[in-house]
Amino acid sequence: MAEAIQIQVNGEQRDFRADATVGDLLRELAIKTERVAVELNLEILDRNEFDGRSLKQGDRVEILSFIGGGAPLDAHGRGRGFVHAE
Amino acid sequence: MQNDPLTIAGRVFLSRLWVGTGKYKDFAETKKAIEASGADVVTVAVRRVNITDRSKENLLDYLDPKKYIILPNTAGCYNVEDALRYARLARAAGVSDLIKLEVLGDERTLFPDTAGLIEAAKILVKEGFIVLPYTNDDPIVAQKLVDVGCPAVMPLAAPIGSGLGIRNPYNLKIIMEMVKVPIIVDAGVGTASDAAFAMELGADAVLMNTAIAGAKDPIAMAEAMKYAVYAGRLAYKAGRIPRKLYATASSPIEGML
Repeated sequence: MAEAIQIQVNGEQRDFRADATVGDLLRELAIKTERVAVELNLEILDRNEFDGRSLKQGDRVEILSFIGGGAPLDAHGRGRGFVHAE
Repeated sequence: MQNDPLTIAGRVFLSRLWVGTGKYKDFAETKKAIEASGADVVTVAVRRVNITDRSKENLLDYLDPKKYIILPNTAGCYNVEDALRYARLARAAGVSDLIKLEVLGDERTLFPDTAGLIEAAKILVKEGFIVLPYTNDDPIVAQKLVDVGCPAVMPLAAPIGSGLGIRNPYNLKIIMEMVKVPIIVDAGVGTASDAAFAMELGADAVLMNTAIAGAKDPIAMAEAMKYAVYAGRLAYKAGRIPRKLYATASSPIEGML
């Protein structure tokens, strides 16, 4: 197996194999690429770039999608909707 | 009840009631309430995907993007930079160029930061977004938003989630007369009569979330809102009678004994 790197995914530290791409990470996490936005070190990636962008040590990846929301959040997160059904 | 479409920037919206998808008990309830409301526009927020538990369902598994116009918002953004970031992420997530732009100025009232809102709107319009800005009931700000290219304006009726109803109908009316784009009254509706009132004033649509999601029976309230918006719209188009101080008899005097 290739050497491991540490990256940050949605704020969490994570080990991942070196020589991997953003697309590999999404597949590893079982995230469907439709209706997902990915930011790599604050740069928003095009969907068709996922497989071409390799990850390196210390990269910060944000993976976002849509959740329930209408009214903005207040200071206490009320009105935040929910990320997943309980 | 859907023969009265609203067109904004070439997009056709079939319903004049738009609904948020936050604060529901679960996705099943969200879906039922949206169906009962008859809305074809639903707002969503952009947030981090839960990467630790991928077994959980996603909201959009419940809302068919072919059936609903998904309107992402920049909820929770308190500065221009964050609002731009979330808007761009929403577009990258691939639903459309539509964005309900929110730049908030204060956590307690959730009133918009209108200076930041205009600045962010200007930038996003240049980037090709269809910007629907959540704004104050201020006619001058509404006009400025139109001047920077917003194809509709969404003034609040009252603070978000407050349920206070239409607090300043006169300002809303001035916005409707001054600004030559569709006006969607957003936020503050508490019950069906508030929604009807907004439409009677001449609003082109009403957007709400808490009034439905927070009701004791959200599905019944969603249905009530559907009829309220419809009735208000019909009454507006029908043209109400003028208010008069004294009575005008409805029955003829002729033929009386």
